Amino acid sequence: MPEYETHDFDVIVIGAGGAGLRAAIEANAKGLRTALVCKSLLGKAHTVMAEGGVAAALGNVYPEDNWEVHFRDTMRGGKMLNNWRMAQLHAQEAPDRVRELEEWGALFDRTKDGLILQRDFGGHRYARLAHVGDRTGLEMIRTLQQKAVADGVEVFMEVKVLRLLRDADGVVSGAVGYWRPSGEFVAFTAKSVVLATGGIGRSWMYTTNSWESTGDGVAMALWAGADAIEMECVQFHPTGMVWPMSVRGLLVTEAVRGDGGVLRNSDGERFMFDYIPEMFAAETADSEAEGDRWYDDHANNRRPPELLPRDEVARSINSEVKAGRGSPHGGVFLDIASRLSAEDIRRRLPSMYHQFKELAGVDITAEAMEVGPTCHYANGGVRVDADSTATTAPGLFAAGELAGGLHGSNRLGGNSLSDLIVFGRRAGIGAAEFAEGRTGRVTVDEGEIASTIEAALAPFERDGGESPYDVHHDLQTTMQDLVGIIRTGSELEEAMGKIEALEERAANVSASGGHQYNPGWNLATDLPSMLTVSRCVAQGALNRKESRGGHTREDFPRPDPEMGSVNFVQGIPTSTTDTSGAGGTPSVRSITITPVPIPVMPDELKALMELKEAY
Amino acid sequence: MADEIVRQYVDSASTTGNVTMNVWRGDAGGGSFVEYELEAKEGEVVLDVIHRMQATQAPDLACRWNCKAGKCGSCSAEINGKPALMCMTRMETLPAGEPITVAPLKAFPIIRDLVTDVSYNYEVAKRIPSFNPRPKTTDELKAGGYRMAQIDVERSQEFRKCIECFLCQDVCHVIRDHEENKTTFAGPRFFARSAELEMHPLDVTDRRAILREEQGLGMCNITKCCTEVCPEHIKITDNAIIPLKERVVDASYDPVAWLGRKILRRTKASVAEARATSPVNGPPAVQPDAAVRGIPTAVGG
Ligand SMILES: Cc1cc2nc3c(=O)[nH]c(=O)nc-3n(C[C@H](O)[C@H](O)[C@H](O)COP(=O)(O)OP(=O)(O)OC[C@H]3O[C@@H](n4cnc5c(N)ncnc54)[C@H](O)[C@@H]3O)c2cc1C
Ligand code: SF4
Ligand code: SF4
Ligand code: FES
Repeated sequence: MPEYETHDFDVIVIGAGGAGLRAAIEANAKGLRTALVCKSLLGKAHTVMAEGGVAAALGNVYPEDNWEVHFRDTMRGGKMLNNWRMAQLHAQEAPDRVRELEEWGALFDRTKDGLILQRDFGGHRYARLAHVGDRTGLEMIRTLQQKAVADGVEVFMEVKVLRLLRDADGVVSGAVGYWRPSGEFVAFTAKSVVLATGGIGRSWMYTTNSWESTGDGVAMALWAGADAIEMECVQFHPTGMVWPMSVRGLLVTEAVRGDGGVLRNSDGERFMFDYIPEMFAAETADSEAEGDRWYDDHANNRRPPELLPRDEVARSINSEVKAGRGSPHGGVFLDIASRLSAEDIRRRLPSMYHQFKELAGVDITAEAMEVGPTCHYANGGVRVDADSTATTAPGLFAAGELAGGLHGSNRLGGNSLSDLIVFGRRAGIGAAEFAEGRTGRVTVDEGEIASTIEAALAPFERDGGESPYDVHHDLQTTMQDLVGIIRTGSELEEAMGKIEALEERAANVSASGGHQYNPGWNLATDLPSMLTVSRCVAQGALNRKESRGGHTREDFPRPDPEMGSVNFVQGIPTSTTDTSGAGGTPSVRSITITPVPIPVMPDELKALMELKEAY
Repeated sequence: MADEIVRQYVDSASTTGNVTMNVWRGDAGGGSFVEYELEAKEGEVVLDVIHRMQATQAPDLACRWNCKAGKCGSCSAEINGKPALMCMTRMETLPAGEPITVAPLKAFPIIRDLVTDVSYNYEVAKRIPSFNPRPKTTDELKAGGYRMAQIDVERSQEFRKCIECFLCQDVCHVIRDHEENKTTFAGPRFFARSAELEMHPLDVTDRRAILREEQGLGMCNITKCCTEVCPEHIKITDNAIIPLKERVVDASYDPVAWLGRKILRRTKASVAEARATSPVNGPPAVQPDAAVRGIPTAVGG
């Protein structure tokens, strides 16, 4: 029997980004013994990288803004695949959650009246993003981190969780993982568990995501009997850096376009005017002059097409490059230099200025940036109940990027940071209520702990196995080439087969060296999750035979109303005893997919979709 | 759709040539520099080369990183003897043809290779009295949120740019050369945090006695090494430490002055000032250090 330490709590929260921190603060405030577990140091989670802002209809800049317009924008951005109830709660509660951050010490930029300033972003009718220059995520994570520490939440940092644990009745009751600094194992028991592990981007070659975004939470939820939805809808952000290769994929915030930046092809044309889709034609400027006037006068002009939702912009850039009108390194040009004064650029976009200057040797106050699409965000994720964030596995709650539903097929910029605080709080409440209602001693299956530990250590026992780095590299190539921004049936079939082959390879990797802070070993333990989520994305994409939002099929280029009326729900039957996947997990072959009708929107919300003043 | 266009550029990324890297390997029990020779490509940063080392030669080489964009403060190390972020140090800024040394931060205990135990910093953070806002006024309750002028938030905003890389903590001689000071000295990062709270337009707690008696503000002799090393270009010494030292003196001699300052900085006049200087709906008032913020300093300097 391998050794491990144990801890018992009422609630454990896995993940310390915005969502996990907010959930832990809430559960802790309800008087429950709460632990927060994360695989990096506290304060380093991916949320720290968010730049542009947090969307909330505060109405500080445009008093005509309200939750109803925000709701409508979110649903339309998601091409109506969204869970309407989540979109409603999100739009209604975001303003209070943002003001609450201020009460906890956050210092947003101000309007002339001294209130929180808001900026324009794609797909949002009004200037709606509360922000701090272009480092909003840092402000949010620091505020929440400081609040959680002040409130006495117990933090386990640099602990990588491997598996969730269930009791004999199948109720989620804990988790097992290891301390990265020591390599020693640790098991937690808890009356309820919140998952907030963030994104899945590391399965692609070019991504804005950090090494942590390996989809562990989605995979662990599936292994524990929960469902995932809309996994095919991966968001490719239109503007990632393209050169040098070292930084290919790194995000260039949408705030550049929100603050006036325009996209041009190699002929110097603002090509976005050629790609305005029917659905947005009524509210999009059809001349450069009108688009330019809009920045100062939203009431009498329509927004420039550079601020269409991200899926539209990313596809358009892709088409321009394919047509041979790209920039020297395979992107297009993003020009802010000719639009704002050098001083304004440095003041409004300090970290973009810094990033290009230091990493690419480009002065964005004088030159255009080269940008292209990069894998950015998981629109789909673990399926949750809108009000409580309960997953379909009892005792398990989920919030943040790893949860699906709110964004439908495509998220609007700024709607993630608001998602984190709205549903992070709700997850804290949901998990606390579940914990309070749970009676009897919490037990877990010790055999499951032992088998998880053995499987985790297996790469050390295997001599001469493959390097986990090679398997990861090949997975990234597969996903980038075959499950990228534009997809087609035959390539998705090919990806399905390749993922199965990679799974066999991942089950046979070796790790060398000691157990202490060993990145090769850590990567070996990430592979099972990355393969599981990759399979979900490929399988979902194969089944969604239409183009909608973040999912584009070359062989089905239009939206199909029938497909648009269902969510694709994926899961692993709880009865499975399969452990033939990597790291002793169920094989990717055991993932099932079912179309499930989208919940019907009540009439009063349907009416909002037609709001005239919203155009 | 196969990503041929991108692939084309991957292949064309020219190899700058081979580099020699001397990386410290070991654990709490001891260790030494190990030499690696490997390729480096155009535009790469030190962290890229470390990653290539892990993928090809040293799969168990320990280092921290997250964002690879200078935003999370995870990848701090000492590159050619200078504390710096590995993800923001471009290879071509280092002397060509010479071996590059990469060592862990010296001020903190080693865990393994480039990873150190930075828990000291998290302990200090816990001891700083937390944010404590004044109540909202009736007007604010109606408006829904606090009113603060842009110029009043900017002083604290400078310190809130901190990415907690702890390079300033590493370079400060009070900690670097004297392990025993860690119990009585908070260090530059946390002086900046205290300054942020002290200058926060809403906060009402007086932290001056703690700064003097428990956090060792007096031990700082204003060498400015912390400011020089800060990747966020926060003027830790001039804008945080020196004003705090002045306030702590006020505490000893003039208890009214502190309160005066706290109240002064959210007068109606400053809101009016902000109004006068700000464009409609645009971000008001220029940040005093906005221009400096973006100017890259010599790497590691
Ligand atoms: C560069 C960039 C800019 C962005 N800008 C914006 C923006 O301006 N506005 C906006 O709304 N959104 C933005 N986003 C999106 C948004 O930042 C993310 O979606 C969001 O921060 C995710 O937060 P989270 O709390 O769900 O997870 P994360 O912040 O990703 O945190 C995940 C946490 O889970 C932990 N974890 C993961 N796996 C494990 C495991 N196995 N064991 C233990 N712990 C684990 C990690 O350690 C981490 O603490 C941006 C994203 C990027 C990449
Ligand atoms: S100025 Fe003070 S805090 Fe900064 S490095 Fe010097 S002694 Fe340390
Ligand atoms: S003040 Fe600067 S050097 Fe110090 S921890 Fe913060 S960002 Fe790093
Ligand atoms: S990896 Fe985030 S600062 Fe270097």
